[in-house]
Amino acid sequence: MAVVVPSALVKVRPLAGVPLRATQDPRWVRWLLTGIALGFLGFFLVLPLVAVFGEALRRGLGAYFAAVGDADALAAVKLTLIAALISVPANVVFGVAAAWCIAKYSFRGKSLLITLIDLPFAVSPVISGLIYVLVFGAQGWLGPWLIEHDVKIIFAVPGIVLATTFVTFPFVARELIPLMQAQGSEEEYAAITLGANGWQTFWRVTLPNIKWGLLYGVILCNARAMGEFGAVSVVSGHIRGETNTMPLHVEILYNEYNFVGAFAVASLLALLALVTLVLKSIVEWRHAQAHAA
Amino acid sequence: MSVLRKEHSVLPGFGLSLGFTLAYLGLIVLVPLSAAFLKTAGMSWAEFVAAVASPRVMAAYRLSFFASLAAASVNAFFGLIVAWVLVRYAFPGKRIVDALVDLPFALPTAVAGIALTAIYAKNGWLGQWLEPHGVKIAFTELGVFVALTFIGLPFVVRTLQPVLEELQPELEEAAASLGANRWQTITRVLLPELFPALLTGFALSFARALGEYGSVVFISGNMPLRTEIVPLLIITKLEQYDYRGATAIAVVMLTASFGLLLLINLIQKWSRRHHRV
Repeated sequence: MAVVVPSALVKVRPLAGVPLRATQDPRWVRWLLTGIALGFLGFFLVLPLVAVFGEALRRGLGAYFAAVGDADALAAVKLTLIAALISVPANVVFGVAAAWCIAKYSFRGKSLLITLIDLPFAVSPVISGLIYVLVFGAQGWLGPWLIEHDVKIIFAVPGIVLATTFVTFPFVARELIPLMQAQGSEEEYAAITLGANGWQTFWRVTLPNIKWGLLYGVILCNARAMGEFGAVSVVSGHIRGETNTMPLHVEILYNEYNFVGAFAVASLLALLALVTLVLKSIVEWRHAQAHAA
Repeated sequence: MSVLRKEHSVLPGFGLSLGFTLAYLGLIVLVPLSAAFLKTAGMSWAEFVAAVASPRVMAAYRLSFFASLAAASVNAFFGLIVAWVLVRYAFPGKRIVDALVDLPFALPTAVAGIALTAIYAKNGWLGQWLEPHGVKIAFTELGVFVALTFIGLPFVVRTLQPVLEELQPELEEAAASLGANRWQTITRVLLPELFPALLTGFALSFARALGEYGSVVFISGNMPLRTEIVPLLIITKLEQYDYRGATAIAVVMLTASFGLLLLINLIQKWSRRHHRV
């Protein structure tokens, strides 16, 4: 008996066109969910971003540039750059060293080490500042010795650099560890076999392989280093023109009701955030390309 | 080197890289952190309890806990929808939207704080429309919740996205061919599969919210017993030179965060096992 294809019995979908696949949602669901998602993001992400620039330009471009060019604002920019220029390279060296020993060798206590490296992410920014006050502050462990030798760490630039280094500690390491673990060590073994020494192997083989991951970590690390507020606030002492980073300067201006000034400096930080997002997307794209190739 | 014994490897640099890693980790992270615990160990039990359980501190715990819980829940719900839309649907500007999700990671918290205040204050962008209807957000508990929602937003989206991308279409096709409708497929097949990642994102968002300071202090108004969060209380105690009181509260918070970190690690371990089966 021939198999009868019950074509007449199958109900044709009311909508013309290609029937939905099992993994597709009906059009009204797609529209609804996309609308909810974009509405939520617009409300919570885009609106605050627009508000920063809107408030900064409220009194016009003249007031904006006067606020940005103010001597205390420029001193804050300079200190922010100094803090980032010290803490980011320090964490890069650490991140590479940590990823090298974790990815290239097996030893006991490795997973504990990885957990400890992530620890600063679990610590509240305020506590990140507090612990340095407990070590270097006037009443801290090293306080009497530091006072005796006239070394200022807390309420001075070194404290700001230390607190910034702490909060940005894991960024580079946590990008590089999984990347280098996934890449394995065959290429390094080949280089060593062919007579390269350790440094040559690192500079010529390992570094080119991890450069996008490294750059990604540096971008995230730098954004956090320049934007950190809570930890730096505890150790800074808030001395205008001396120990104020940009985020702290924003707070001071805001609390003095100088809203245009506060939002003008804030807009510079918001620009930095946007540049960070663009660079991050470019690196992700290049990284995906390198993987596809 | 007796504990950290390595297997033999021809690659040089083990001693140098591990030595530097441990020294740097110790100096920057472990020694300063231990200072907090040692400082508290010097307090008597009665002193410690008085510092960490006074009515003002208890009110701050309650606010921090419930506002973080509410913010993480809202982020779990909307984060699931955002991740789903970003992975499954196509729409113009999708790459920009995808990049923008990370804004709370990139935008300094103080900037977020004053921006949210400018929006929700009495004469602010949205505040001027909301306050006449009796909805006060800035300088209330709701303001704390809004700020914590902002800073926790990327966690759920970013933990769910890779899991959603790796889901096999066969899973949904099998469910559909066995007679499940779309809703049943989503609630009985997809959601259980996504649950570990959703829980991880929720916990990360919650943990971040508990410790958050910068974005909250501007919008919360900082009224003792009402809108004072735990990190602010630590700062207040420090400004009064009450280092012991500040450190005692910090130790309670650190213990809570490390507990959460452990929990998150366990969830991830469990979900990996769950996935392999």
